[in-house]
Amino acid sequence: MLYFCALKLMYFFKYLVKRNFYFLNVFSSLFTKRCFVSLFASNFLLSLCFTLNLTAQEPDIAKGKSLFNANCASCHKLNKKLIGPALKGVSAKYEKEWLYSWIKNSAAMIKSGDERAVAIYEEYNKVAMNSFTQLSNEDIDNILAYTDYVPPKPELPVSGAPVGENVGSSPVNDIVLVLLSFILIVLIVLLLLINKTLKNLIPENDNLDKNKIDPKRIPIWKAFVQNQFLVLVSVVVLLLSSAYFAYGYMLQIGVDQGYMPIQPIHYSHKIHSGDNQIECQYCHSSAKKSKHSGIPSLNVCMNCHENIADYNGEEDLEKGYTKDFYTNEIKKLYKAVGWDENSQSYTGDVEPVKWVRIHNLPDFVYFNHAQHVTVAGIDCQKCHGPVEEMEILYQHSPLTMGWCINCHRETNIKVKDNEYYTKIHEELSKKYGVKELTAAQMGGLECGKCHY
Amino acid sequence: MGNHKKYWKSEVELSSDNKMISDLKNNEFIDELPVNTLLGDKNNLENSSTNRRDFLKYLGFSTAAATLASCEGPVNRSIPYVVQPERIIPGISNYYATSIADGYDFANILIKTREGRPIKILNNSKAEVKSSANARVQASVLSMYDSMRLKGPTANGEVTSWDKLNNDVKSELNLMLAANSEVVLLTQTFASPTTSKLIKDFLNKYPNIRHVVYDAISDSKALDAFEITYGKRALPIYDFSKADVIVSIGADFLGDWQGGGHDTSYVKGRVPLKNKITKEKAKMSKHFQLESNMTISGANADNRISLSPTQQKIALAKIYGHISGNVVSGKLPENIEIQIKNISNSLIKSGNKGLIITGLDDVNAHLLTHKINDLLKSISIKKDEVSLIKEGNDSEVLELVSDLNSGKVKGIIMCGVNPVYTMPNSDEFVSGINKAQLSICFSMKNDETASISKWAAACPHYFESWGDNEMVSGNFSLTQPTIRPLFDTMQFQDCLLKWMGSENSFYDLIKENWNENILEKKSWNEALHDGFYKSNSKLSLKKINYDFLNAAKNLSNAKSNGLELVLYSKTGMGDGQQANNPWLQEFPDPITRVSWDNYLTVSKFDAKKIGLKNQNVANGALDSNYANINASGVNMKVPVIIQPGQARGSVGLAFGYGKINGIKKEMQVGVNAYRAYHNFNSLQNVEISPIDENHEFACVQLHNTLMGRGDIIRETTLEVFNTKKVSEWNAITKVSLNHIETPVNSPEVDLWDEFDRSIGHHFNLSIDLNACTGCGACVIACHAENNVPVVGKSEVRRSRDMHWLRIDRYYSSDESFDGDNKTKDEINGLSDSLSVFGEMENPSENPQVVFQPVMCQHCNHAPCETVCPVAATSHGRQGQNHMAYNRCIGTRYCANNCPYKVRRFNWFLYNNNDEFDFNMNDDLGKMVLNPDVVVRSRGVMEKCSFCIQSTQAIILNAKKERRLVEKDEFNDACACSAACSTGAMRFGDINEKESKVAELKESERVYHLLDTVGTKPNVFYHVKIRNTDEV
Repeated sequence: MLYFCALKLMYFFKYLVKRNFYFLNVFSSLFTKRCFVSLFASNFLLSLCFTLNLTAQEPDIAKGKSLFNANCASCHKLNKKLIGPALKGVSAKYEKEWLYSWIKNSAAMIKSGDERAVAIYEEYNKVAMNSFTQLSNEDIDNILAYTDYVPPKPELPVSGAPVGENVGSSPVNDIVLVLLSFILIVLIVLLLLINKTLKNLIPENDNLDKNKIDPKRIPIWKAFVQNQFLVLVSVVVLLLSSAYFAYGYMLQIGVDQGYMPIQPIHYSHKIHSGDNQIECQYCHSSAKKSKHSGIPSLNVCMNCHENIADYNGEEDLEKGYTKDFYTNEIKKLYKAVGWDENSQSYTGDVEPVKWVRIHNLPDFVYFNHAQHVTVAGIDCQKCHGPVEEMEILYQHSPLTMGWCINCHRETNIKVKDNEYYTKIHEELSKKYGVKELTAAQMGGLECGKCHY
Repeated sequence: MGNHKKYWKSEVELSSDNKMISDLKNNEFIDELPVNTLLGDKNNLENSSTNRRDFLKYLGFSTAAATLASCEGPVNRSIPYVVQPERIIPGISNYYATSIADGYDFANILIKTREGRPIKILNNSKAEVKSSANARVQASVLSMYDSMRLKGPTANGEVTSWDKLNNDVKSELNLMLAANSEVVLLTQTFASPTTSKLIKDFLNKYPNIRHVVYDAISDSKALDAFEITYGKRALPIYDFSKADVIVSIGADFLGDWQGGGHDTSYVKGRVPLKNKITKEKAKMSKHFQLESNMTISGANADNRISLSPTQQKIALAKIYGHISGNVVSGKLPENIEIQIKNISNSLIKSGNKGLIITGLDDVNAHLLTHKINDLLKSISIKKDEVSLIKEGNDSEVLELVSDLNSGKVKGIIMCGVNPVYTMPNSDEFVSGINKAQLSICFSMKNDETASISKWAAACPHYFESWGDNEMVSGNFSLTQPTIRPLFDTMQFQDCLLKWMGSENSFYDLIKENWNENILEKKSWNEALHDGFYKSNSKLSLKKINYDFLNAAKNLSNAKSNGLELVLYSKTGMGDGQQANNPWLQEFPDPITRVSWDNYLTVSKFDAKKIGLKNQNVANGALDSNYANINASGVNMKVPVIIQPGQARGSVGLAFGYGKINGIKKEMQVGVNAYRAYHNFNSLQNVEISPIDENHEFACVQLHNTLMGRGDIIRETTLEVFNTKKVSEWNAITKVSLNHIETPVNSPEVDLWDEFDRSIGHHFNLSIDLNACTGCGACVIACHAENNVPVVGKSEVRRSRDMHWLRIDRYYSSDESFDGDNKTKDEINGLSDSLSVFGEMENPSENPQVVFQPVMCQHCNHAPCETVCPVAATSHGRQGQNHMAYNRCIGTRYCANNCPYKVRRFNWFLYNNNDEFDFNMNDDLGKMVLNPDVVVRSRGVMEKCSFCIQSTQAIILNAKKERRLVEKDEFNDACACSAACSTGAMRFGDINEKESKVAELKESERVYHLLDTVGTKPNVFYHVKIRNTDEV
């Protein structure tokens, strides 16, 4: 009785704790987001707030930002040289009128022999800037407002504690903690009380039992040994259960579901395909043509990373994924591909990245990505899981034969617009008396389709 | 009740005082066991650093560590390109058109590469000449990944750099130019317009250099004869398909005769087709073959007459006499005389559709065949094209050797040749080269010549080089690199350019030359893409008058003294350039079916006379004693094969073996026949004596005759085929069902229910026994495609060869197979059958021969599938018999139940195993493996899969492109059918009604191998038809 109660309580307690932790997680994540919003990614919102209160003549920083991103960002950065110069505080260097005419038609200015124009032209390898005749003076004002904008410094937390610790000591968290500890105390008191009552009951029971016991009774283990049938049954049970567990253990040998190795470069699928919504096949382009999905070659990375040298997205401070951390990973890419940031050129000094392969099929299995991606039109996530949420990529599926076959049994052939299937599907579905054929009925369970 | 009987072991026990008995009673072992010396020595034990406990500790630890280590999977690395080449998609093959011109083999081919690695060679069907790759060319892909290749240039055996080598050679050449000392440039036949131009420029710059072309196996006499007749040093081009009567006198034209590649046009005229509409009779050419050694041409002939070389010469002279109307002396046996007369009459009758060729190494013989063809006005010889793939000049080579020794020639530059190995007077050449001031050898290996040359210049494989060639006049091909050079190599032509002080590369030169002189304003890129360009310019050959009667007289005066040795080249080894290629070493000779060896072929008659023996030992393997050959003073010890069909008085020996330098130990097999190649004449007089010493062969076929079993090979004559009903020559076999003879294809005979295969693809392979010449290109192609392991000589000897595809060769025990069938049918009673069958095991002295490619028959009712206890082999709907290697547990029930014996068991691990030190044991050799096919492990069964990886890939391509599979797209799916240049093998989908294979399946010649067993195979054969009709 006592044991039972205690067990029940324990479970309840565990449940509570679990739930509370869950709440805690939710709260903290909510809060972290807010922190991010208020502390790090505030430019945009702040500027929006500002603009609401300002008159129409004032340059619009938000508009400026979007114009900048649309027109200028491929060649300019705020704080760094790219193809063109860094634009932070550019309006301080040149007067507005000069900038208007430069932006609208730089080539003409160079031709006319404007000293400063020619100087810039010479400095940046004689690459003339595109003409932006479509931009009005007002647009340019907005852009300049954006390039000049210095975000107000965030208020320093009291006593100079690091930003990360803020998360833990928020008022909401405190309330939760207090609540939790209160519940805990109540539970302990309850437990003690129950315990006490039960203890009081014990002596009476003990007396009762002692009177009934026959002094000549054989100890239970001896009785067990003497009962051969029982021994046999328990041995059989023991053997069967150990066989069951042994079988279970052996079945998972070589199954690396959840395999999450540390890669030479911390590449976050979450940032690329989750936050930035990059199509899987932009990088894994051979998946639609070949049996291999292909790890993208580094020149594919550089399509974007020639311009993206720093990380400016969200951080996960708990795990140490700071901006600096990510930026540092981008530097690793630059080192591997031999990109010199200062001169914005390739040095030719390359060092191929040795990724750790996660999805390993045995040699005797033939798997073709194109068949699944192009022909069957299956989403990558079906086998690879929520890659867009994976900070570190892991093996989502067991990749066992049972798993493959299961899917082949359940998935219908994608007949639409595929002339190859038209005739055979019509004939076979008639033969099997079904409307739509599964991959298995098409021959997807034959040994030789995957093993040769 | 006790038993008190006493058993005596011997009578010695009777005497009680025998010391041995008493000793034995007291002591079980008479000799003292050495236990005490080992463990009794206390000092020894105490001083030992390992005691029992330690030992147990180590044992326990290592076991635990091994167990733990095995729990964790290995970490696999994937390394992507830094910058991915545009055309490479990992997992997709790229194809490049190129050509091989290694001095012996010339062909236009396609190279299949995967992730930048060449892995297979295919025929370039777009090329109009020399478009097929033979077994050696197919295997040449492996020769690139040869770990014995020279990895960089060397000077006096020391590693050097190309810059230094080029500078040193250049200054040496300039010194020699200044001193006007003669230098010789000794090369293979390049047949390359740009190289010729380059060499011409080089010789202009260095007038002290002379160019000599050397073919290891010379066709110099044929070239001389053609020059005498037509004024151009070249070889004629034949179109066998236009001939009704083909007479070959010692010419193995289906083999390597005059560069090979004649099989395609020959087979065109050899497959009889009845016209269904006009009911016209089927026609095929009639092929007479007069030869000494049994060759694949002889095996395919309708009428083969075995004659010694001397008799052949007389026979040729007599044929000339008959046709020209002159009287030619010379003596032949009477029955041969009659046959010669018949042949001559056939030729005369066929008029311009007759053709005579010869392989006799004699100028007069070649002159006479030219004259006879001219008299016949044969249309089978092209008058506007010549073959340029042989240029070697014997007399110049012989002069060079004496000049080197006399000190007249002071320097030698060699490329593509290995004279120290291939010259009969090799010792003289070696002493000459040692006297030379300058010797440089361009070679892929540190071979016999490179190792004694001052400089060994490592040259690239043709997959890594640029080049061009003109194999047939007016037909140009390009050679392009398909992989970056694996080693620090440099092409001969690039070096020549360097020595001439040019800044250009050979590639620039080729492009310039092609654009200026060859392409006739057509696109270079297109030519490079096709690998082939046919120009519009045509030759016209003019006859020159010559006294042919004199040639006939010379021929008919031929006399033999003793045995005549006919040197030949084997289909697998050729001239021996690729002797370090394990695929070719393990390739069984089409005729003798012996791998890993060369041997003296001798007739049964002569063998008995001399005392040469073949015998099968207890496990069935073939053994022989040795023969000592004395060829004009050169002695060689050679094993012997008693060859049915070998002409009495003649023996045969193959070139290409007995190499020692730059070759792995396992591959150093056979004897070097070039030692007997005096004066570059393949016909030599020899004396032979037996040596009582045993030689072990690795022969894959131990039973040579069919014993009258007509259900394995069905054959008939053209006349029967044309006039009789199918049921008479290709009847459906009947089996006894409830004691009633029932056709085997009726449903009630079958144990199984029929499965409807009319939906989707249904793959079938058609094999035409009339078109199969037995060349074996398919065997090597299959090797390359399916990662078939090489097992080595001793394993082949144990019948553990792994070939998925074999070409069985059968001899008739009678004069013909038809005779065999009759003999078998006439057997009466047990004693008769015992004696007659015993006799039938021996082939006839000049038998009929037939080739039959056999691979997994993909039976629809497969006996192997029903006996597999783990269902590792099963049937697919598309007709393929699948084999899941990972499921196989190696009971070998399937192999035992297979009536065709096509399943192969992996007795050992053949990769990463030092016991099998072939290509799968080194990193370089493994690059040739096909990544789409798994490398099988030890203990599993394997077999032909109908190249399921390719059929699936073709289906997938169609699916990806959302279309149906194109007509005959499947034909090139199987490596064998894609490699077959004669069309003997055709693969495809019989449910695709317009496909070639569906049409072939309807032919009345179709039969299934061993159809009595009711396996319903998906491979079908076509009845072999022999043309025994009188012309």
